[in-house]
Amino acid sequence: MLFESLDTLMLSRIQFAANISFHILFPAINIALCWFLFFFRIQYNRTQDEIWMRCYRFWIKIFALSFALGVVGGITMSFQFGTNWPGYMETVGTIAGPLLGYEILTAFFLEATFLGVMLFGVNRVSARVHTFATGLVTVGTSLSAFWILALNSWMQTPAGFEMRDGVAIPTSWVEVIFNPSFPYRLAHMLAASGLTVAFLIAGISAYRLLKGDHKPAPRLALKVGITAAALFIPIQFVLGDLHGLNTLKHQPAKVAAMEAVWHTEKGAPLVLFAIPDEKTQTNHFAIEIPKLASLILTHDMDGEIRGLNEFEGLHPPVKPVFYGFRIMVGIGALMLLVSWVACWQLYRNKELPRWMLKVLLGMTFSGWAASIAGWYVTEIGRQPWLVSGVLKTADAVTSIGAPYVAMSLTFYIVLYVVLMFAYMRTLFLMARKSVLVDRPEEVETLQDKLNPLTQH
Amino acid sequence: MELTGEAYWLPIIFISLMGLSFLIYAVLDGYDLGVGILLPADAEKERDIMIASIGPFWDANETWLVLGVGLLLIAFPSAHSLILYHLYVPVTVMIIGLILRGVAFDFRAKAPADHKDLWDKCFKAGSLMAASSQGFMLGMYVMGFDNSWQAWLFSGLSAVCVTAGFSFIGGAWLVLKTEGELQLKAARWTRRCGILTAVGIVAVSIVNPLISPGIFEKWFGSPVALLLMVIPVVCLLAFVLVDRYLAKFPYQHDFGSWIPLASVALIFLLCFIGLGYSFFPDVVPGQIDIWQAASAPEALWFILYGTVIVLPTILFYTVFAYRVFWGKATHLNYY
Repeated sequence: MLFESLDTLMLSRIQFAANISFHILFPAINIALCWFLFFFRIQYNRTQDEIWMRCYRFWIKIFALSFALGVVGGITMSFQFGTNWPGYMETVGTIAGPLLGYEILTAFFLEATFLGVMLFGVNRVSARVHTFATGLVTVGTSLSAFWILALNSWMQTPAGFEMRDGVAIPTSWVEVIFNPSFPYRLAHMLAASGLTVAFLIAGISAYRLLKGDHKPAPRLALKVGITAAALFIPIQFVLGDLHGLNTLKHQPAKVAAMEAVWHTEKGAPLVLFAIPDEKTQTNHFAIEIPKLASLILTHDMDGEIRGLNEFEGLHPPVKPVFYGFRIMVGIGALMLLVSWVACWQLYRNKELPRWMLKVLLGMTFSGWAASIAGWYVTEIGRQPWLVSGVLKTADAVTSIGAPYVAMSLTFYIVLYVVLMFAYMRTLFLMARKSVLVDRPEEVETLQDKLNPLTQH
Repeated sequence: MELTGEAYWLPIIFISLMGLSFLIYAVLDGYDLGVGILLPADAEKERDIMIASIGPFWDANETWLVLGVGLLLIAFPSAHSLILYHLYVPVTVMIIGLILRGVAFDFRAKAPADHKDLWDKCFKAGSLMAASSQGFMLGMYVMGFDNSWQAWLFSGLSAVCVTAGFSFIGGAWLVLKTEGELQLKAARWTRRCGILTAVGIVAVSIVNPLISPGIFEKWFGSPVALLLMVIPVVCLLAFVLVDRYLAKFPYQHDFGSWIPLASVALIFLLCFIGLGYSFFPDVVPGQIDIWQAASAPEALWFILYGTVIVLPTILFYTVFAYRVFWGKATHLNYY
């Protein structure tokens, strides 16, 4: 039974999900981490305080590692379209192709070229050029996000095209790129990246403090991380709300699945928890707050929410979307609580109690969990469409035999698991190393090299 | 149907751009894949320097592959699907290889010391997988994805040939970027790989026109046949130059250490021109030509504007990056 359903379509979907889940983790770090590095670099230029350079030096290693993992995951993705989803390219390649092309031309080369200068060029270029290179990599990673989210949003809410002989032909590139859901999705993802990195920095720095690192750099990084987290999280709630409104307008079936609204109703309750049942079209063990879903989604107590019954056969699977959404929001709420309490403690006592350091350590990868859950909501929520209203997922899949896909899927999964393990381990290893190693003399020579005044 | 105007020349522009990307890719990622393949099992210090010599560049080099495949997808979507359908298995092998080497590069420097050897082996294995699978793909592509045993044999030959070619240019890169004992070793490696590459190129050049009458006709039946002979002759001269130069290595003041790299790049260029001439205007040999596979002009125009502006910029800052890291490779340090 299980194996019968594992045909090429299902295997390709699993493979795509595995690839994108692995890939998204690293851009989620790289986009914002680069802004943090840029900030550290500028702070150092401004204050000439070596602590900022130490922060830069420690986090650039983690950036380099995350970047490498992001690159290899991205290359895999770029081949996936052709190998597993030829129907996608044949139908909407005229739109997806140029958007991906612009990502490569404007972002990939910029990031990849100046990354070399940023990582290894400190002794070879002036402080100004090095700062500039850091800035260019930062712009590059964010531009990558711009193009990819333009494409992803277009698949969710397509605009600016017409169908000619079964092929989507662009009529307005401005409408294609700035399609209805794009601004919300981009802002939501950028803020998610900011939060992911804020908690990563806070978590790893907390780990260093817990391990007895008494240098000022981890304290400073911790402060930066927590402050950023506390600032970003309310912004993210507002952005998430706006994004939700947009989704309700353009993808009501997705919202119905997120909220497990089986039948169209006015004054829908907010379901805090339930076990949705597709067979009986009801929610078991539901804990609900009356009228709140309508209030949140339509900003009106008695606003109407269209139910899944209106999208017979064309709505996404309810359970993963429903649970994914609750995991994302739940982690968000936890982030709000933890970052605000930590911020309050930090600015009141200048120190964090050990229990709070442990909590932050526990939340090191909370941004990842929330991002992945959020992406599942948005991507599974688009099913059964690959491009909403234009192309069904099942119509885009390759005709390659299932055994081939099973083989590649196995390889990818084994590799990804090993790499994830190695990545996390290396992160904590680097943190421990920097606790053990204290090299004041290196900092001094570094300062000589980096001080623009002593540079000739 | 007569093709005129944009419908005629847009596909030509894009197949040229695509060819250019793949050529730059073969030269640039060619040398860093080659360095990976040449990594010695012993001599950790030498491995460090070798990897340091490609450290600031490999990532940008690899981007040319993404651009080449991207242009194929943008300009010829149906050919893109068809090609990747036939290349499913070697593409998977290549990607696994690229993943392995891409991450090994970073992990080797950061993982526990006793894991470094393992990551270096991954780097070497990944480079080998990527290079040989690309060669295999080239062979299958040239054979028009035929399923005969001859086609498989040819693809195998092509895999060996391309792997040798990448090692050849990788060795030449090391001759330029290293010094002392390692440079001498690199010179020896380069000579050996050069012979292997030359044998491979000759074999492909003989087999290709023999199995395809169209290509035979193009090379030997045309009035420009004599002119075309410039390609193999210059190619041969370049091979001889590299070999003779390296035979008397080293020279005082590092005289002419750029000669092998420049010559190998020239050989790659000539091979590309040869292949391009053989198959133009087909995008999948014997099956689809560029006009049949071309995407809608709306899409091509949109990306062409950007390419015209951005590509020179990319080339400009690529040159900048190479200037920053000019000279002999030194130990890499993050700051």
